Amino acid sequence: MKIKKAYITPILFMVPTILFLGLFIYIPLIQNFYNSFFEFSVFSQSKEFVGFSKIKELLVDEVVMIALNNNVKYAIISVLLQVFFALVLAAVLEDKFFRRFAPALRVIYFMPVMISISVIALLFGFVYNPQIGLLNSFLELIGLEELAKPWLGNSTTAIYSVIAMSQWQSVGLITMLFIVAIQKVPKELYEAAEIDGAGKIRKFFKITVPQVKEATFVNLLVTVTGSILVFNEPYILTNGGPGNSSMTLAVHMYQTGFFKDDMGYASTLASLIFLLSAMFALIQIKVSKTGKED
Amino acid sequence: MKIPIQTKVSKNIVFLGLLAYAVIILYPLFWMFISSFKSYQEIYSNVWALPTDWKFENYSIAWSKGISSYFFNSVHVTALTIILTVLIGSMAAFVLSRYKNRWIDAGLLFTIGGLMMNPQVALIPLFEILTVTNLIDTHWALILTYVAYRLPLTIILIRAFFLSVPKELSESALMDGCSEFGIYWRIYLPISLPIVFTSVILTAFFAWNEFLFATVFINSSELKTIPSGLMVFRDALRTDWGVLLSGMVIATVPMIVLLIFLQKYLVRGLAEGSVKG
Repeated sequence: MKIKKAYITPILFMVPTILFLGLFIYIPLIQNFYNSFFEFSVFSQSKEFVGFSKIKELLVDEVVMIALNNNVKYAIISVLLQVFFALVLAAVLEDKFFRRFAPALRVIYFMPVMISISVIALLFGFVYNPQIGLLNSFLELIGLEELAKPWLGNSTTAIYSVIAMSQWQSVGLITMLFIVAIQKVPKELYEAAEIDGAGKIRKFFKITVPQVKEATFVNLLVTVTGSILVFNEPYILTNGGPGNSSMTLAVHMYQTGFFKDDMGYASTLASLIFLLSAMFALIQIKVSKTGKED
Repeated sequence: MKIPIQTKVSKNIVFLGLLAYAVIILYPLFWMFISSFKSYQEIYSNVWALPTDWKFENYSIAWSKGISSYFFNSVHVTALTIILTVLIGSMAAFVLSRYKNRWIDAGLLFTIGGLMMNPQVALIPLFEILTVTNLIDTHWALILTYVAYRLPLTIILIRAFFLSVPKELSESALMDGCSEFGIYWRIYLPISLPIVFTSVILTAFFAWNEFLFATVFINSSELKTIPSGLMVFRDALRTDWGVLLSGMVIATVPMIVLLIFLQKYLVRGLAEGSVKG
């Protein structure tokens, strides 16, 4: 009787979490796979079973290939800037030469992270505006007006313009995570290296990089997963256009479901996105677990 | 100690690079702020200049033309999301850190597994669930889903902190006749305020800025939060750029203020989070 009573509080305490995660995370996940086998629309409750036909559609959909390609571009550029550049930036900010300015610079670099993506996307609408845009008028100012173009209206530059805006927003966050990781590196390692006469670049590669290996790996996976899921930036700036040139998987999924009203196929696309991102999430969970053991 | 000339030069080059990057970040924000006081003609005719005539009324127009309602909707949704997330999350974290058996292991796995799911993937099923339960186009559609998607990370963060609370504290409290709830409410929660603050900031940032659910789950313009409301605002204004920019500034200021006030907790939270992955 006493034992039972002791279990009441823990069970009561877990109930809300189980309900929230069950109802809004796990059931939707299962339902999404289920939906992939049906033909249905936003406003009707009836679903028609269509077997694997939506999955076959996925395999021949050209837009999926364009979108996948853009997601990969997103991933590559994000890894270069948010992992490599951010690591170098963090190391520089932690260097004692720059200590004095580091707090101010840290806050400045981190600022865009706190700003809503809709504000940033609207702001970059002004930056990329073909007539009055800051980017084009800056190019004019420095005499490079032949480089000026309608950045978002041009099918070769649209996706890169979207990616550039994402980097502008996100580099600060990853830099901050690297700063936190670098601050945990034992000071003695650097002191010993200094006594041995090691230069800054040598210290960076021989001490900083290996010591923050785990943080680098986690950031790498977070960045790649984020690139598979990217929705807001291309949706607000270009809506996947012009043509499908800046389409990503998530924007394609959204348009298929809510504009073309093909919820079954949109669910199939969502399942593809899930499988791709879950793969990286699983690797991450595995890696951070093994990290805890040693 | 002498610094070789080579190091001095490279140091200055790096410093210029840092400054250039700071300008790239700050200038668009500065431009947004300055231009929010301009008229459309002035933005169009001279994009770089300071306003000749500071139109402070852009702010009152933006506020009265919709931003005020988006603002208070965002406050409502954000506040309830924070309260529910931190309360429910810390309760689960308490259980998951205090007990040890296979049910707890299963509960932990259940929580961590939640991190793998993403709002993008759940969009269509959630839309169906919220339609069936008649929650679509209400603030609860946002609050409930935001809470669900913030819980896994919040629980993991708070649990990591709870694990460091000394066992002796709760044992002596039990001796004094304190209930399990009392141990949670009077000991664990007060000790863990720093990590609770971190969770508050992270949740506030998420709920204030979330765009996808806010766009899809809310149709009525009068119920929209700032991120999705700004899109309605832009479409309604067309060329009144100064007013649109004022709205964007209003949407941004609360988060910047929050960042400045609570940044030390944020850094500490990031440190906790990066340890546990």
